[in-house]
Amino acid sequence: MHPVLATILKRLGLGVATLFVVSAIIFSSISLLPGDFGEAVLGQAATTETVAAFRKELGLDKPAPVRYLDWVSSVLKGDFGTSFSGRAASGVDRSRSVAELIAPRLKNTLFLAGVTAIIAVPLALLIGLTAALYRNSLYDRGVNALTLTTISMPEFFVAYILILLLSSLWPVFPSLANVDASTEFGERLRRIALPAITLTLVIVAHMMRMTRAAIINLLASPYIEMALLKGASRSEVILKHALPNAWAPIATVIAFNLAYLVVGVVVVEVVFVYPGIGQLMVDSVTARDTPVVQACALIFASTYIVLNLIADVIGIVTNPRLLHPR
Amino acid sequence: MNEAPESYAAAAEVAVVRKRRGRLERIWLALKKAPVSAWFGLIVLSAYIVVALFAPLLAPYGEAEIFPAPFGPWEEAHRFGTDQIGRDIFTRLIYGARNTMGIAFVTTLLSFAIGGGLGLVAAINRSWLDQILSRAVDVLMAIPSLIFALMLLSIFGSTVTSLIVIIAILDSTRVFRLTRAVAINVVVMDYVEAAKLRGEKIGWIMRREILPNIMPPLIAEFGLRFSFVFLTIAALSFLGVGIQPPTADWGSMVRENASLIQFAQYDIKAGLTPLLPAAAIALLTVAVNFVVDWFLHTSSGLKDEH
Repeated sequence: MHPVLATILKRLGLGVATLFVVSAIIFSSISLLPGDFGEAVLGQAATTETVAAFRKELGLDKPAPVRYLDWVSSVLKGDFGTSFSGRAASGVDRSRSVAELIAPRLKNTLFLAGVTAIIAVPLALLIGLTAALYRNSLYDRGVNALTLTTISMPEFFVAYILILLLSSLWPVFPSLANVDASTEFGERLRRIALPAITLTLVIVAHMMRMTRAAIINLLASPYIEMALLKGASRSEVILKHALPNAWAPIATVIAFNLAYLVVGVVVVEVVFVYPGIGQLMVDSVTARDTPVVQACALIFASTYIVLNLIADVIGIVTNPRLLHPR
Repeated sequence: MNEAPESYAAAAEVAVVRKRRGRLERIWLALKKAPVSAWFGLIVLSAYIVVALFAPLLAPYGEAEIFPAPFGPWEEAHRFGTDQIGRDIFTRLIYGARNTMGIAFVTTLLSFAIGGGLGLVAAINRSWLDQILSRAVDVLMAIPSLIFALMLLSIFGSTVTSLIVIIAILDSTRVFRLTRAVAINVVVMDYVEAAKLRGEKIGWIMRREILPNIMPPLIAEFGLRFSFVFLTIAALSFLGVGIQPPTADWGSMVRENASLIQFAQYDIKAGLTPLLPAAAIALLTVAVNFVVDWFLHTSSGLKDEH
C-alpha cells in the first residue's frame, strides 16, 4: 500500500475512534443528572406515575450500554429525541423534537460561519504572507500590534465596540441580526454584517499570526538559503520552494481557526440575538434542557473533530516527503 | 611617605567588586532592561491586584447596595452611573476585579495542581499510566472547552464551585501536555537517575529534582492560562451561565448594561457604560500577555526573529 494511503487511513481511524469516545461522553452526561430531575422538569405537581413514565420514555430503566446503542442509532438517523421544555406535570406533552428545533438554526449558523470564512480566510492569508515577506517593516509591526490587541479582547468587547460605532453613533448596520426563513438574501447579508465583521476580526488575527509564523519558520531553513544562493528569484523561492512545505501548516491554521469559529459563534450569536445553534445551546443550558444541549454539543464537537481531521489529511497529502518515498 | 600599600594582592581588589548581587538588585536590573510594554503590563497588573485586594476600602458603596434610580447618568455621586436595578457601577467594577480575578486565579491554581501533578507523574512513570492519561487528554481536547463547559454547567448548575472545578479540569489538559513534554527531557538526566537509585520516593523526585528545572515554561504558561481562564469565565458569565448575580462580575455586567448602548447618540457616556467592564477585561489580558512575553524573552532567550 502507498504510504500516504496508509497514513491517511490510520488518521481517519483515530478520528472515528475519537468521535466515538466523545459521543459516549456526551451521552453519559444525561446519567449524571441528579436523581430528582424528572420532578424538576415536570414541575412540583408531578405524580410518581408521570415521573416514572418520563424516566421510562428516556429509557432510564434500561442498562447504559443498551441506551447508548439506541441513542447512537437514532442520532445517525437524525433523531435527537425530544426537548425537555413544554412538558407538564399533567402528562400533556407539548414538547418538540430536538431535530425540529435545531434544523433551521443550524442553517443560520452555517450561513454566518460560511460568510465569515469566505471573507476571513483569503484576507488572513494575504496579510500573513505579506507580513512575513516584509517582516520587521513598519507594516509588519503595525499589523502585529493590531492583531495582538484584537486577540486579547473578548469577542463581546469587539462586538459592542462595533455596535457602538456602526450601529448606534453612525447607523450603518442593524445591531440585531434577527433573520427568519422569509428574509431575502441581500437583507440577510446586511443584517449579519456586524456579527460577521466581529468574527472576521477575531479569527483573522489568529490566522494571520499563525500563517506569518509558519512562513518565517520555513524561510529560515537551510534549503531556502540554498535556493537563494543558487540564484533563484524571490517569487520562485516562495512559490516553488517554500509553498509546497507550507501547505500543511497553512491548512492546519485554516482548519484550526474554522474550528475556533465554532466556539466564537456562540458568544457572537448571543450578542446580536442571531437565531443560531449557539444561542439555542446557551438558552438550553440556562433552562437545563439536556437533550438539546447534548445535540448541540455533539454537533459542535463533531464539526471541531472533522475540521481538525481534514487539516491533518491535507497536511499528509501535501507533504512532499511522504509523496515521494525513497 | 609611601601611600600605596606595601604589597599588592589582586584578590583583594577583585574581592571589592565581587560582591554578590542581592535578589532585589537582580530583579531591579532585569526591570531596568525591560521594554516599555512589559513596564506597562506590570503597572496595570499591580494596579488590578491592589484594587482586587482592597476592594471594600476603595469602593464608595456596598457591592449589592441599591439606589432608587436605575440606569442613572454619570454624576458626582455615581461616577459611572447606576445599573439596571440601581446599583453603583463604579463600585461593582471594583468588586468585579476581586470576584472575576479571584475566581480565575483559584481556577488556574487548581488546574495547575491537577495538570502539573499528573503531567509529572506521567513523565516519570512512562508506563500504562502515561498512556491512559495521554489518551484521555487527547479525547478531552477534541471537544472545544467552551462547549464542554456549557454542557457540564447545564448538568451541575451554575454555582461558583462547579464553575471552578469544571474549568480547572478542562484547562488542566493543556497544562498536563506542557508539563509532561518539558518534564520528559529532565527525567532522563543523570541526577534524576541518581535520586531514583538513592531510593527517593516519587514525591521527592517530582518536587526537588524535576520541578525546579521546568519552572520557567510553567510560570509563563501560568500567565497565559490565567488570561485564558479569565476570558472563559468572563464569556460564560456574559452568556449568563457563569458567575451569578448579585455577585459583581465584569462578564455579567456587560450583559446587564448592554441595552444602554443604543442611547449613545443622545448621551455618549451612557453608550460607553457597558464597554467599561469589557475594557477592564481586555486591558488585563493585554497586560498579562505583555508580561509573559517579556518573561519568556528574558528567561529562555526565546526570540521571534531568526
